[in-house]
Amino acid sequence: MADRPVEIGDSRPHEAGSPGHRPLVNQALVKWHLVCGLSWLGLALIAGLLYSLQLIQQWPLPKIAELSPGRIRMIHTNLIAFGFLTNSFLAMLYWTVPRLTGRRVASNTLGAVICFAWNAIIAATWIGLHLGEAQAVEWGETPVWVDPLVVVGAILVWIQFYHPIIKSSERAMYVSLWYFSAGFIWLGLTYIMGNFFPEYVVAGTAAGPLLGLYIHDLVGLWVTPMGWGMMYFFVPIILRKPIWSHALSLVGFWGLAFFYPLQGVHHFLGSPIPMFAQYSAVISTIAIEIVVTTVVINFFMTWRGSESSLRTSIPIRWFWVGTLCYAITCFQCAFQVTLTFQQVIHFTDWVVGHAHLVMFGVFSFWIFGMIEHLWPKLTGNEWWSSGLRRWNFWLTSLGLGAMFLTLTASGIAEGFMSMNLVDRSTILEVVRPFWIVRTLTGLSIIGGFSCLAVNVVMTARGSRRRHIDTEYAPFEQSGGEEAALGAV
Amino acid sequence: MERFSFIFLVAGVCFFALAFAVSGWIPMLPVRDLEVRTVEQLAEQPPLEFFELKEQYPEAYARAFGELPDVAAFAKALRAGHKTYVAEGCWHCHSQQIRPWGGDEARYGAKSYPEEYHNELNMPPLWGTRRIGPDLIRRGGNQSNDWHVAHFYHPPDTTPRSVMPSYPWFYEDDGLTPNATGLSIIAYVQWLGSWQTRIQETVYDLSVIESSYPAPSIEGPPRAAPSESESTTEGEDFFDEN
Repeated sequence: MADRPVEIGDSRPHEAGSPGHRPLVNQALVKWHLVCGLSWLGLALIAGLLYSLQLIQQWPLPKIAELSPGRIRMIHTNLIAFGFLTNSFLAMLYWTVPRLTGRRVASNTLGAVICFAWNAIIAATWIGLHLGEAQAVEWGETPVWVDPLVVVGAILVWIQFYHPIIKSSERAMYVSLWYFSAGFIWLGLTYIMGNFFPEYVVAGTAAGPLLGLYIHDLVGLWVTPMGWGMMYFFVPIILRKPIWSHALSLVGFWGLAFFYPLQGVHHFLGSPIPMFAQYSAVISTIAIEIVVTTVVINFFMTWRGSESSLRTSIPIRWFWVGTLCYAITCFQCAFQVTLTFQQVIHFTDWVVGHAHLVMFGVFSFWIFGMIEHLWPKLTGNEWWSSGLRRWNFWLTSLGLGAMFLTLTASGIAEGFMSMNLVDRSTILEVVRPFWIVRTLTGLSIIGGFSCLAVNVVMTARGSRRRHIDTEYAPFEQSGGEEAALGAV
Repeated sequence: MERFSFIFLVAGVCFFALAFAVSGWIPMLPVRDLEVRTVEQLAEQPPLEFFELKEQYPEAYARAFGELPDVAAFAKALRAGHKTYVAEGCWHCHSQQIRPWGGDEARYGAKSYPEEYHNELNMPPLWGTRRIGPDLIRRGGNQSNDWHVAHFYHPPDTTPRSVMPSYPWFYEDDGLTPNATGLSIIAYVQWLGSWQTRIQETVYDLSVIESSYPAPSIEGPPRAAPSESESTTEGEDFFDEN
């Protein structure tokens, strides 16, 4: 089964024509994961909009248990983490890992199994949350009976992608592969730590740090390494030049690996967790600022000299705005983690704004950049409408920017009022205008997403022009893109 | 240095293990001797509000808890209430931790300490990361059961500008009487922080106070419940017993 050629395959020039050849990249899997990811994103965006309507007391759905706003909120966050981000990253891995290693993934059958199983897990989570089966782990509310399946899913991902990486380990590894190699094992370990230990083994103050580690590591040790690896792969390809500094990207990798996992406790500053643990989390969070700066510098220095790409290339626009958001987010991190800031903003909308900026403004934007780049290659058609591409970019990025600003402002107002013992109904009165603006920004983001969704569907169904691959074909004809990527 | 095995073992496994030790295992050490209490242990002393619920809604109470003795019924209510609290995502808008700064103590009471979280209902702990509504860890008994019954049905009625959702499925078909879920969540919320009140109860010996003052009259404002007379006498008995 594993040796059978896939029907929809890429046609690498130097491989095509050889009898019984199997394409290096299984494009069907890339496509399916992207389609699933975008579908979950659509649902998650609607869930987010609904929840924001509850906060301005305009709940549109019938008041029944299965559609309760509290449950919708958990659906919003879980579908983003596991539905949209993880599916998109799997698509990205099916595209990049074989290209970086020169080897196929372990098995196409396994790929189909993973794609089906992973989305079945998300569907089970989605339905389980509607039915009130949540688990009290933030960002891991997946019902307890789904948790073991997620671990099995992570193990299948290990088999699928460690196979080509290990087989090609004689060669020097490009930095994206460093991130992927560590990220896969981190996903499994993080999930086991966060979803099983606090539920079954330890309680209260002993379990709290693990919850903090889980929230943080899911971002820092799964989404971030995949995102950085993705950015380091696609930006040089699109700009047609190597990254500015390979050494700097390695500093970034080791810094992430060392400092990121140490920070979890900063989600519970002021809780009964011992203060030495809280201080250590604060210090390592400030330290990661250095690490993140390496990525931001590397991106902008690579981009320097290609400034016109912002006008000509929509994928680069997404990566550019995403990296700008990243610089802002991480600058924020180093300050908001101090106890001085925490007194004010810890329980407020500031944190919600921060979370949206990093999960949507950075990693989702980078994924949009990847989709903009890949979808014509996957379908063979040029984008159906370039107007919709621009509308998507502007509606989404301006919407996100406005959402971040309004939530940050309301967080500051809320935090200071709360600190000064202002009556809660007054606080709610003051933040209501901010929340109304937030709903409008959410509508803008959904508008942008609709443009993308329509464009993706129409491009797949056919287009006026065939897509001519200008990024990959010349490299692959001249002996692999590794040299162009600047790997040592 | 640039081989897969080195990256996998050092960054993937060793650094993760180091972080788990530093920020997961070491913070456990100071509290490793604390006993993790079961729900049955927690339920040994039900707060007054739970007995009040039994008086106010005898039929609903009987349907929910049958003939169970009070302590067992309360344990059942705590479990069910906790499950509802998690399932409805209450913990996403209500924290259960009072920090030693940021005005928390003035607003909500004494700061949190480790012992109060070492029980089955805090696996995982429900500390929360967002406060749209108030912190709840010391809120038990702050409001009457009647207030909670009205509040869960339509929060803005009791709390102006509240953005909390309505929970009509906590009620029986009449929309007035809490069902098993409603009774349980009210019992759970009223239990939060009741251990703090109990500490005060041991300081004051109630029998001394009762003997030095005339027996207080319980005939306050009449209750809306139909079984008014019955519940009043039961309340008196309960007061006398204690």
